[in-house]
Amino acid sequence: MSRGAMTSLQRVLTTLGHREPDRVPLFLLPTMHGARELGLSIRDYFSRAEHVAEGQLRLREKFGHDCLYSFFYAPVEIEAWGGEVVYAADGPPNSGIPLISSPERIPRLAPPEIEKTPCLVKVLAATKMMKARAGDDCPIIGVVMSPFSLPVMQMGFDRYLDLMAEQPELFAALMRINEAFCVAWANAQLNAGATAICYFDPVSSPTIVPRETYLRFGFAVAKRTLARIKGPTATHLASGRSLPILGDIARTGTAVVGVSSLEDLGEVKGACRGKLTVLGNLNGIEMRSWTPHRAEAAVRRAIAQAGPGGGFILSDNHGEIPGQVPDDVLLAVAEAVRRWGRYPVERIAADET
Amino acid sequence: MPVTGTPLDEGSALDELAGEFERALLSLNRPQIKRLIARAAGRLTPLEIAERIVGRALDRIGAGWQGGAIALSQVYMSGRMCEELMEELLPPGDGRRKEQPAMAIATLDDYHLLGKRLVTSVLRATGYDLRDYGRATVDEAVRRSLDDRIRVLMISTLMLPSALRVRDVARKLKAASAGVTLVVGGAPFLFDPNLWREVEADAMGRSASEAVDLVEAILGEMR
Repeated sequence: MSRGAMTSLQRVLTTLGHREPDRVPLFLLPTMHGARELGLSIRDYFSRAEHVAEGQLRLREKFGHDCLYSFFYAPVEIEAWGGEVVYAADGPPNSGIPLISSPERIPRLAPPEIEKTPCLVKVLAATKMMKARAGDDCPIIGVVMSPFSLPVMQMGFDRYLDLMAEQPELFAALMRINEAFCVAWANAQLNAGATAICYFDPVSSPTIVPRETYLRFGFAVAKRTLARIKGPTATHLASGRSLPILGDIARTGTAVVGVSSLEDLGEVKGACRGKLTVLGNLNGIEMRSWTPHRAEAAVRRAIAQAGPGGGFILSDNHGEIPGQVPDDVLLAVAEAVRRWGRYPVERIAADET
Repeated sequence: MPVTGTPLDEGSALDELAGEFERALLSLNRPQIKRLIARAAGRLTPLEIAERIVGRALDRIGAGWQGGAIALSQVYMSGRMCEELMEELLPPGDGRRKEQPAMAIATLDDYHLLGKRLVTSVLRATGYDLRDYGRATVDEAVRRSLDDRIRVLMISTLMLPSALRVRDVARKLKAASAGVTLVVGGAPFLFDPNLWREVEADAMGRSASEAVDLVEAILGEMR
């Protein structure tokens, strides 16, 4: 494929093939910025599919990045299961009181029916609107929580770790229920027009569980689940470390891995070369206080570390840019990708910038 | 292996015991944990066990987590097991516990409670006691701290907005001249090492076990 004038989709597909496109693709993943763009509160913004579709399209027009993101907020799945979502004026909606009050309730859980669940129908409607307006030139990224990570919000982190360690039968039952929902939810988003699914799986990160636990549980769940999702997937560890399990993640059948700013991007790229496309790893929390100059330096460094050879999409390290990050920083990130991301990219020592 | 002999031998034996204890914690080997503590109890007081065996092991586990070699689930299970163990050896309110000013811990408008639980376990397992304010608003955290004459307030956060709200707590406590030392921890502070200063906290812990070092340093300054 020629390097001249690629569409976003062509650019992304080329890098996924571990070849160099015209420039490094940029997956900017702002969610709450859409509300600001439309002059709405976060609660109002997420109340209608039209708002989110319009917000995403306007943000792409402003920053010129290479995807649309149909993700609303992490606990939308908890809301679908009947759980509580807590809104804040200055942050993403958060999960409230865990819906599984006791592990003994697990066998009686039933996954929500997607077409009868308003919050999920709303996400699908937003996906369809984005697809209708963006066509085939720009990938639309849908999101699911992995069956292995969803219980953090379903029952609380500590009780979930207790369950994993001490109640194997109830843990297995929860995984079966969650897997059925995750597959159905991912495929519904693909049917609505999502190009690929981001499979958020922070609990699988070595930051959260040791590799042996991952291989026994998170890996096995991912292999079963991803095989039944009828489209490409990206596994995201949402700021968690990845290096000790990158080879294992590649064997789950995913195409992309979202990696942490806590790890050296060059080392990550070396471990992924030819097997996984690397997505990351700008520090979204620090980005709040970046200057445009610092944004450019961070982008240049990331591209020099992971860009050569393709197999790299520049993004933040968490899968969601904090609403506090100012537009001029995001504009500087996008501009720096256009400046420093054009192939062939420069190779610089990691400590040069 | 008995913990006996010259001071040098004893130190070395304690190091070895703490190492064995750490390995037993990481492999969730409860019978071995009990055996090792029973062995130490023949020579050390409960508070010495808390400091020299449990504290040392949890400190190394916390450092391992910071370096990426140990997972959070292992930190959590280790802390939980040590907390249970020390509640048997040194129940809350026991006169042999450490002398300390009033301490409390809270999250701010956040149902993600694991970090708070980790810090609570590690502090209790090393002989400290602290009040658990659970999930609190800014005003609740301030009011309860003043009512309870708290000297060290810890706030654990997962979400960035909660971390930013610490500034309101800091300012209200300072306005009340309450003399409360405010310690913060959690993911936002790990990803932005300047954030704790930005929100006007007095200190930041990078892991649950670092909370012990911070508390000891704060207590040293208060004496």
